Amino acid sequence: MVIFKNVTKTFGRHAVISDMNLEISRGQLAVLIGPSGCGKTTTLKLINRLQDLTSGNIFVDGKDISETNPVELRRSIGYVIQQIGLFPNMTIEQNIEVVPRLLKYPKEKCHERTRELLDMVGMEPSKYLGRYPFELSGGQQQRIGVLRALATSPPLMLMDEPFGALDPITRDSLQDEIKKLQKSLGITIVFVTHDMDEAIKLADVIILMKDGKIVQKAPPEELLANPANGFVREFTGKKRIKANYDLDLVHEIMNPSVVVVTKEKGFAGSLDLMRKRNVDSLVVIDDAGHLEGVITVEALLGAAKRKRIGTIGEVELLKVPTIDQYAQARDAFSIIIEKKLPFLLVVDNNNRLKGIVTKTSVVKALASIVWKDENNE
Amino acid sequence: MAELVHRITAHLLISVTGVAFAAAVGIIIGILLTYAEKLASLVMGAIEVLQTIPSLAMLSILLIFFGLGNTTAIMAIFFYSLLPIVRNTYTGIQSVEPFLIEAGRGMGMNTLQVLLKVQIPNAVPVIVSGLRISLITAYGIVTIAVLVGGGGLGRYVYRGTQTQDMGMLLTGAIPISLMAFLTDLLLNKLEGLLNRRVRTANTPEN
Ligand SMILES: Nc1ncnc2c1ncn2[C@@H]1O[C@H](COP(=O)(O)OP(=O)(O)O)[C@@H](O)[C@H]1O
Ligand SMILES: [Mg+2]
Repeated sequence: MVIFKNVTKTFGRHAVISDMNLEISRGQLAVLIGPSGCGKTTTLKLINRLQDLTSGNIFVDGKDISETNPVELRRSIGYVIQQIGLFPNMTIEQNIEVVPRLLKYPKEKCHERTRELLDMVGMEPSKYLGRYPFELSGGQQQRIGVLRALATSPPLMLMDEPFGALDPITRDSLQDEIKKLQKSLGITIVFVTHDMDEAIKLADVIILMKDGKIVQKAPPEELLANPANGFVREFTGKKRIKANYDLDLVHEIMNPSVVVVTKEKGFAGSLDLMRKRNVDSLVVIDDAGHLEGVITVEALLGAAKRKRIGTIGEVELLKVPTIDQYAQARDAFSIIIEKKLPFLLVVDNNNRLKGIVTKTSVVKALASIVWKDENNE
Repeated sequence: MAELVHRITAHLLISVTGVAFAAAVGIIIGILLTYAEKLASLVMGAIEVLQTIPSLAMLSILLIFFGLGNTTAIMAIFFYSLLPIVRNTYTGIQSVEPFLIEAGRGMGMNTLQVLLKVQIPNAVPVIVSGLRISLITAYGIVTIAVLVGGGGLGRYVYRGTQTQDMGMLLTGAIPISLMAFLTDLLLNKLEGLLNRRVRTANTPEN
């Protein structure tokens, strides 16, 4: 899909990209990673001709891009810049429809597509279409930035540190979304990041750069297992050292026994259970163990004042944040601390309840680091 | 009373005409200068010289060309308004975040589309600020322009000072001050609203 042949780019006398050869196949999510200033952004801009190369050739979809009209080329490639860059003077709808309108797609088609895209990321169209970017949170702006690039379903997307300034939970869910979109739409993505965790999570192939050169190009597992040299080892190092900790992933520090009920549980029985187990909320799951929500004692008693409650299925359940069982434990901790949550539920990739992380888990985990093996058997 | 209303309307109309004229020319000059940065300081320096001419002198010079009447007043306003409008258009466009321009280009806008869809709309608050300054200056110029046969509220002020009639003087001065005050208030509010949009959009928190 994207091929670099002996590509060099110099600014003045300084070679930012030197003699780069690279091939990214169709449908791959390729992650460009490397220290700041190594030329990642420049590499992206060479692909959509925001920068002209000094020598060599770049082919996109088999065509030498130096023979294409740059404006048309850019319209055919999705581009998400590091600063998001939503146009503040345009509504969300207008922002998403920039490229479709440049391509003179019929209005109706555009609107339909925009609604579809917003639905796809769980943003209620009627609520968001007419809003301006400043009325959105950082995570929502990032989502719109990605949707805007997806609007015409381009076969190739360039994304420059799109999830940089986000809290872990939003970043995590956007990463999941982009990976899902990429797989389901079969698009090719060149994704820039400086975060090794992000690279490992997303990449089909990681391209590690240094001083305008590719140091190693390999799938994540291979990069970690067989680093080409000291630089790669050092760059992936933090990750490897951390892997030596016993307390690394959420499922290792969570409490697997959660006080759960199904929707069929009776009102009195639920209250009784809460009292016995000394908890102020119950986690509701279905028969297959999928998380349905949470019910607090206040909500239960509040609802009972208004009407007679037979089973707790009749009470509206609270939606609470969750985290994947294989996520980083430290991410779970920072979510709990930043969002001031009493607890965080742990699920697998099918939304089945696996456990719970509470403030107590945080303290226990920290203690076992401080006092080393005492907590480990 | 009918005369007062008539004079207020005339005062406003002359001011707005002069500023509108300057805006039509000034905004275009301001935009063009962003494509010729080397020329920009030169042109703005030249326009600045116009501003340093005292208003009475400016009116007398223009009188030679345009004769007695409102045209001379409008032309004076035009020349005085040119600098704030050109300068604000220029700096407004220059201060649009480079990454917004890059986002536009990266999505496939050509130069004109970037100008019309990104640069100008995001420079509007700063341009409005230039219009506000121009309009308030214009009210003063129209007042003085009574000396070259201009209409508006200046007539009351002039007659009032001539006959030492305080009531007459205030009949002119109070509406002028009110107009200036309201213009400042309303356009400032508008700027604030536009700015909120432009400023806060690109700083995602949390
Ligand atoms: N327009 C430019 N003019 C001159 N030097 C540039 C320009 N853009 C980038 N550079 C330089 O090229 C190098 C690589 O930049 P960049 O591709 O932005 O790095 P990265 O995205 O990996 O942090 C840096 O040393 C940077 O200073
Ligand atoms: Mg960069």
